[in-house]
Amino acid sequence: MVDMIRKLGGAALRSLKKTGRMGIFFSKALLYCVTPPLKFPLLLRQIQFIGFQSLSVILLTGAFTGMVLAYQGFNTLSRFGSDAFLGPLVGLSLIKEMGPVISALMVTGRAGSSITAQIGIMRISEQIDAIELMGLNPYRYLIVPNILAAVICMPLLTAVFDVVGIFGGYLIGGKLLGVGAGTYFGEMTNYVEIKDVAEGLFKSLNFGIIISWVCCFKGYYTGHYTGFGAEGVSTATTQAVVLSSVLILIWDYFLTSTLF
Amino acid sequence: MIVVENLHKSFDNAEVLKGVSFRVERGETLALIGRSGYGKSVLLKHIAGLIQPDDGRVLVDDKDIFHIREKELLALRNRMGFLFQSGALFDSMTIFENIAFPLNEKTNLNKKEIKEKVFYELEQVGLLGSEDKYPSQVSGGMVKRASLARALIEKPGIMLFDEPTTGLDPLTGHSILRLINSRRQMVNFTGIIITHQIPQVFDIVDKIAMLHKGVIIAMGTPDEIKASEDPTVSQFISCETGEPFKEFEKESDIVRRVRRMKEVHIK
Repeated sequence: MVDMIRKLGGAALRSLKKTGRMGIFFSKALLYCVTPPLKFPLLLRQIQFIGFQSLSVILLTGAFTGMVLAYQGFNTLSRFGSDAFLGPLVGLSLIKEMGPVISALMVTGRAGSSITAQIGIMRISEQIDAIELMGLNPYRYLIVPNILAAVICMPLLTAVFDVVGIFGGYLIGGKLLGVGAGTYFGEMTNYVEIKDVAEGLFKSLNFGIIISWVCCFKGYYTGHYTGFGAEGVSTATTQAVVLSSVLILIWDYFLTSTLF
Repeated sequence: MIVVENLHKSFDNAEVLKGVSFRVERGETLALIGRSGYGKSVLLKHIAGLIQPDDGRVLVDDKDIFHIREKELLALRNRMGFLFQSGALFDSMTIFENIAFPLNEKTNLNKKEIKEKVFYELEQVGLLGSEDKYPSQVSGGMVKRASLARALIEKPGIMLFDEPTTGLDPLTGHSILRLINSRRQMVNFTGIIITHQIPQVFDIVDKIAMLHKGVIIAMGTPDEIKASEDPTVSQFISCETGEPFKEFEKESDIVRRVRRMKEVHIK
């Protein structure tokens, strides 16, 4: 019994320590984000990696999400004779919820996992130690560019997702199911307000911070909380994707219920 | 000058360092010898400030490396070079980019000056012609030499070598030691070398220290170490196998396992 309590206590303390370390990591990263020097070429490279290289998957998932929403929305609305409101339904669903959340999950899977793996491999092969021993700050090379790039790219990717999704919805609603373009876009502009767009983009900015923070942390501490070698990197990558995805959904609920 | 005082370190209740103390004067080079898995790399990482000790202190140029501000630590590390056992070259960069990295990041030299310095170092370590290759495209010996060039390009006052010859054939290992010696004569750094290249290392260092069972059991000039009557020391340097090591085999296995578990240390 005592042994079990001791084990439980030990596990609780470890979790607390890990959470604290994540907090310290985030604080240090934020501090280095707002203090010079900024490694601008590395930032550009990460914007290309996180933003531009994620475009294809965002275009694809955005289009199909909008198309499915239009199908399901039309089926439901037509039961009440309200199919004219398909535009607002698709627009609001995408802009306020699905755009930020799905694009964040897509970026986590595509770029976040890769960031963890890259930093994790650098950790286990002592490349991060080498940077430190040159008298340089590894945060400025590995963490800051990723956080800033994610903060810049996530709202842009979400905006692309929303636009493509709305046109995907029109393709199904307008061209296939017979809702007129005037009705679809006209009602959408009547009901979708600028604050809805701002809400969605603010959410995506938050998700950008979560993705880069969690994925960088898991990579930076590979070997500390996971095993070593390839197995350690693989575990860290899995943990990064799972934790980022869960935090995105929890934080989405929190933002929706408290702020908007 | 490097001073290590009463350094203690344990990993998961296995005590790796049990009160290590020694001193390396400015301009001196010390070879740290001892069996694999007995904490030599752990000791070197303490001196570089990569691992925090449980007790004891390390003074580098009179500064306690564990009780200085981050800025001071960075400044101290700017005067320090470290050759990793694995080389630790950046695998996404070419050999040239790796060697140029410290200059690109820490100096205001223009591209032409950096190129000249890098090519000078490449020539010194015999890597001319390999500058455009990536670390994965060259041999282990070439990685070590490139890593040595990167560590020495800023002419550091303190050099720490973590097994620069391990995993290399005897000839390449010997050539690396000769290279270190020639660079030492040019740069005159204070250095610590962990190596198993015995007896060749005796010709290039001022002092030898043997780490065994978590403590320094012998320290002196190469001649004093060669003349040591301590059975563990004489057995180690003459490469004989006998009783003194057998009794520690079990413990060494534990330490090796712990070391593998804790190879990654993050403050």
